[in-house]
Amino acid sequence: MLSLEEVRRIAALARLELSPAEETLFAGQLSAILDYVKQLEALDVSGVEPMTHALAAGDAPPLRADEVRPGLPADRALAAAPARAGTSFQVPRIIE
Amino acid sequence: MAVSDHDVVLGLEVHAQLLTRSKIFCGCSTAFGAEPNAHVCPVCLGLPGVLPSLNRRVVEMAVRTGLALGCSVRPRSVWARKNYFYPDLPKGYQISQYELPICEGGGLDITVGGAEKRVRLTRIHMEEDAGKNVHGLAADGSSGVDLNRAGVPLLEIVSEPDLRSVDEAVEYLKELRRLLVWLGVNDGNLEEGSFRCDANVSVKPRGAEKLGQRCEIKNMNSFRFLRQAVDYEVRRQVEIVEAGGRVEQETRLFDPDRGETRAMRSKEDAHDYRYFPEPDLPPVRVEEAFVEEQRRALPELPQARERRYVRELSLPAADAALLTAERQVADYFEEVLARHGRTPEAAKRAANWMNGEVARLANESGLAPPSWKLRPEGLAELLGLVAAGTVGGPGAKQALEEAFRTGAAPAAVVQEKGLAQVSDQGAIEAAVDAVLARSPGEVERYRAGNKKLMGFFVGQVMKEMKGKGNPAVVNALLQKRLEG
Amino acid sequence: MSASILELDLRALSGALAAREVSSREATAAALERIRATDGQVGAFLRVTAEQARAAAAAADERAARGARLSPLDGVPLAVKDIFLTEGVETTAGSRILEGYLPPYDAAVVERLRAAGAVLLGKLNMDEFAMGSSNENSAYGPCRNPWDLARTPGGSSGGSAAALAARQAWGTLGTDTGGSIREPAAFCGVVGLKPTYGRVSRYGVIAFASSLDQPGPLARTVADTALLLQAVAGHDERDMTSSARPVDDYLAGLEGGARGLRIGVPREWLAGGLDAGVEVRVREALRRYERMGATLVEVSLPHSRYGIAAYYLIAPAEASSNLARYDGVRFGLRAPARGLREMYQQTRARGFGAEPKRRIMLGTYALSAGYYDAYYLRAQKVRTLVRRDFDEAFTRCDVVAGPVAPTVAFRLGEKVEDPLQMYLADVFTITANLAALPGLSVPCGLHPEQGLPVGLQLVGRPFDEATLLRAARALEREQGPLPPPPGVA
Repeated sequence: MLSLEEVRRIAALARLELSPAEETLFAGQLSAILDYVKQLEALDVSGVEPMTHALAAGDAPPLRADEVRPGLPADRALAAAPARAGTSFQVPRIIE
Repeated sequence: MAVSDHDVVLGLEVHAQLLTRSKIFCGCSTAFGAEPNAHVCPVCLGLPGVLPSLNRRVVEMAVRTGLALGCSVRPRSVWARKNYFYPDLPKGYQISQYELPICEGGGLDITVGGAEKRVRLTRIHMEEDAGKNVHGLAADGSSGVDLNRAGVPLLEIVSEPDLRSVDEAVEYLKELRRLLVWLGVNDGNLEEGSFRCDANVSVKPRGAEKLGQRCEIKNMNSFRFLRQAVDYEVRRQVEIVEAGGRVEQETRLFDPDRGETRAMRSKEDAHDYRYFPEPDLPPVRVEEAFVEEQRRALPELPQARERRYVRELSLPAADAALLTAERQVADYFEEVLARHGRTPEAAKRAANWMNGEVARLANESGLAPPSWKLRPEGLAELLGLVAAGTVGGPGAKQALEEAFRTGAAPAAVVQEKGLAQVSDQGAIEAAVDAVLARSPGEVERYRAGNKKLMGFFVGQVMKEMKGKGNPAVVNALLQKRLEG
Repeated sequence: MSASILELDLRALSGALAAREVSSREATAAALERIRATDGQVGAFLRVTAEQARAAAAAADERAARGARLSPLDGVPLAVKDIFLTEGVETTAGSRILEGYLPPYDAAVVERLRAAGAVLLGKLNMDEFAMGSSNENSAYGPCRNPWDLARTPGGSSGGSAAALAARQAWGTLGTDTGGSIREPAAFCGVVGLKPTYGRVSRYGVIAFASSLDQPGPLARTVADTALLLQAVAGHDERDMTSSARPVDDYLAGLEGGARGLRIGVPREWLAGGLDAGVEVRVREALRRYERMGATLVEVSLPHSRYGIAAYYLIAPAEASSNLARYDGVRFGLRAPARGLREMYQQTRARGFGAEPKRRIMLGTYALSAGYYDAYYLRAQKVRTLVRRDFDEAFTRCDVVAGPVAPTVAFRLGEKVEDPLQMYLADVFTITANLAALPGLSVPCGLHPEQGLPVGLQLVGRPFDEATLLRAARALEREQGPLPPPPGVA
C-alpha cells in the first residue's frame, strides 16, 4: 500500500497539487494498480533486451542535415502565452 | 587544522556549445545575441505534438571530439530524458544521454608547475541546451523566458575527480578549450556561455583515502570566477568539516557579486531526475567506417604540434605554446615554415616575427589569420630578406607593417620605400669617417677605455645612414677604425 | 439527395466526385447538416469548422471542374481526433489545460490530408490525452455510441468511431496507444487500423506514450480504410521514429481474398474471460475464413497475459514526461499564483482531469529513484518477450486473429469508478502496441443477444498492413455490411 507521504512526494515531483481527498483516492488506486503489475516479477527477464525503442534498428531514418530553416516569428511564438513581456514569456519570480 | 591540511578534489563538467548552424533537434538558427525568442519554432518551444529530429553534424562533432581526447566511441548510444520543471526547459525534460553516452574514457594531459599530469575523462555526451531565464523583468519581480538558446547542441565533457588544485582546474579548462576551438567544434567563449563549466568540489584530510561529500558549483563564466568559487567552496567545506559537521551533497550557485556560493533552490528535484530512454529518438548508431573517417579527418592536435615545435624545430617552449594557442595562427606558421625553411635558425626567426611584430599588428587589427592581408608567402619573403641581410630590423618592421596593412609584397615595399640596408663597404666607410671626424672627444675617451661609447658611434653612423646601414658591417668598420 | 450521399461509402463518394455526379459542396453540406441534426445526441465533435470546410469544398469543386483533382480524397469530407494539431483551429486533446489553444502548425497527417484535397469538418471527441477506453474521460463531455446512446463508443478515439457510425463523415483519423482506434471501431461497427509503429508520422500528434502511440485511419469499409492509410502513411523527416521504408499500394491486392492465408489463432485469446456472444461472433468469423480457403493455425502468445501490466507501467511513465510541458508558461492554461512552484502545481491541478493525474502519478512513481529497474525497465523487457511471441507465431501464420475487446460496448458510467477494470478492456489490443505491430478491427456481426457490433482483430507482421487489409476485406465481402445503427435516426 502506497503511503500518503509517498503520494505527496510523487505529487510534488510531478508538480500536481492534490486535495486530501485525491491523495487518499490515488493512494488506494495506485496501490491496486501496483499490486496488479507485481505479476511481472514472476517473469524471468534476465538476458532480455528492453524494447525501449519500438522502431526496429534497420528502420531508423537518416539524420537531418545541418541546415537552418525558418522558425516562428516571435509574435506567433508568443501568441498562446498566458503572459508575456516584450518578446519574452513572463513567469512569476524565479528563485535560483 | 586549516585549508592547507586538506586535499582538494575537483572534477569538472564542461558544457561546450557545438558550432552547428542549426539547433540539435530543429532547424532554428544557433546565432547568439538576437532579440528574445527570435530563433524559435514549435520544436524548441516544446509545443504539443512536436518531435526531435537529430542534426547529423552534432554526432560528427561529438565523435571527432571524443577521438581527439582518446575516448572510445560507442557504436550504439542512447538518448535519455532528464525530467525536471523549470521555465527555461520547455518540455519539462532535457534530451540528454545517460547510461549509454556516445564517448567514454580518454583523457587530457596538462602541465602545471612544470609537471605533466593526465586528467582522465569519464564520458562525453550530447544534449540540448536550455533557454535563458531573465530575472527581474518587471517591477513585480517576475521573470522572463527566452528560448533562443533552447535546443542549441552541447557536448558535456565530464572529467574524473583527478584535479587537486584550482591551478590544475584552470589549466585543464584552458587546455580543453584550446582543443575544442582547434577542432572547430566550439568558439571557446566563456562570457557568452558557449563554454561553461561546473565544478564538483570536495575536501578530505590530507592523505586520506576516502573522498568527502561533494558539491556541484555552477555559474562560473570566467577563469577568475572559477578560482573564486572553488576557493570559497573549499574554505566553506573545510570549515564545516572542522566544526564536526557534514557537507551536504547539493548544487550550489556561484554569486560573482559576493564571491560566494549558495545552495540552489531550483535544484531541489536534482536527486530524482527520473531518467529514461528517450522514445522519440532511435539510438545513435556509429559505424566503424564513420569513426575511421572522422579519425582521418582529425587535424594535428595542439599538444602534438606544440611538442613537435620544441622537438623538431628546437623552439623554446614558450614560443611553441604561443604559436599553438590557436589553430589558425599555428597553421599560418606552418605555411611560413614551408616557404622559409625548417632549420632551427629559420624556425626561430619565423617564430620571433610571428610572436612579435605580427602578433602585435594582428592584435591591433583585431583580425584572425585568414583575414590578414599579409599572407604566409609574404611573411616568408620578408624573412628571406632579413636572413639575407637585405633588410635590417627597422626596415623589415616598416615593410611588415605596410605589407600587413595593404597586402603589398614585402620585397616590393622594401624596394619602393628604399628600406634595403646598405652593406656597401665604401658607403659605410664614408659615414664612419664622417662621424669619427666630428666626434674627436668621444673618440679620445673610447680609446682611453670607455668602451661603452661604441653604442653611441653605432647610433650616430646609423643616423647618418638613415637607419639603413648593415649593423654587422657598421660594427666591424667602427671596430677597425677605433682600435686599429 | 443528401440522405443518399450520406449512404455512400468514401470510395463511392470519391467516384461520384470524380464523375462530377456529386459536388464536394453538396457532400460537405450534407455532412454538416447531419452533424447539426445528430451530434447533440452523439457528441462526436468537439468543434465543427463549417466555414473552412465549405471553403475547402469549393476549392475541391473548382479543381474537379478543371479536371485537376489532387487525389481520391479530393473533396471528401473527413474529420480528425482532437489530438491532431490543426493550425489556427482549437486543439485540446480533450483537456481543459489546452482549452482555447490555437496551434501554429498542422500535424503531418493533417498536412497530408489537406494536400490530398480532403475537406476537414472538425475535431473529434476523445478521452483526455487519449487516456481511456470509453471516451468518458473527455473534459468536454462524453461521446455516445450511435448503436445505443446509453453506451460508450469506446475510447480513446470515441468521436472518430462514433462520427462514422452516425454517418457524419466519410473517414476519420484516430490514434492508438493501447487499442484506442480498434476498440472504438469494434464498439461502433466500423473499421479501424493501427498501423505498424513508424508507418505514420506522429509529428503534430499530441503525445501520450511515445513508444506506443500510432495514428491511423477509421472508416466504414476496409477499402476506405486502405485509401486513408495510403494518404497518410510514409516517412516524415520530422519524426525520427517514422520508417523510411517505401509504402505499399494498399488497394492493389485488396480483393485478393483469403485463399491460402494462414490465420493464427492464439490459444490464450479464446481461453476465457471473453463474453460468450463476442466469442460466438469471433469463432464464426474464423469459420468463414476457413470456408474462404484460409487455414487456421493454433498459435501461442504466452506473454500476452502480461501485456496490461507492462503497458500500465510504460504508458504512464512516458505520459508523465510527455505531459510535463503543460506548465502554464508558453501556452494553455495558467492558474493565478504568487510564485513559480504554485503556478506549476495549481495550473496542472486545475488543467488535468482525474485520469491524466492518475497516470502522471503512476508514471512518476515508476520512474522515480529506486524504481526504474523494477518497473519501467522490466516492463520494456517484457515487451521484447511479447514481440518474440508474435515473431514466433508469424513463422507459422500470416496474420493473427482474435477478439478486439472482451465485451461489446459497455454502458456509460459502468467502469468509471474502477480504473483497473477499465484498463482490462484493452487486454487484447495492447499486445499489438507493445509489439509495435499493425492491428486492425473489422466488424464481424452483431452480438447475438445485445445486438451490438462485435469486432474481429487482425494483427500482422511489421509493415504488412496490406495483408491485414486484404484479409479484412475478404471477411467484409463474405459477411456483408452491418445494418445502420439504430441509436441515431
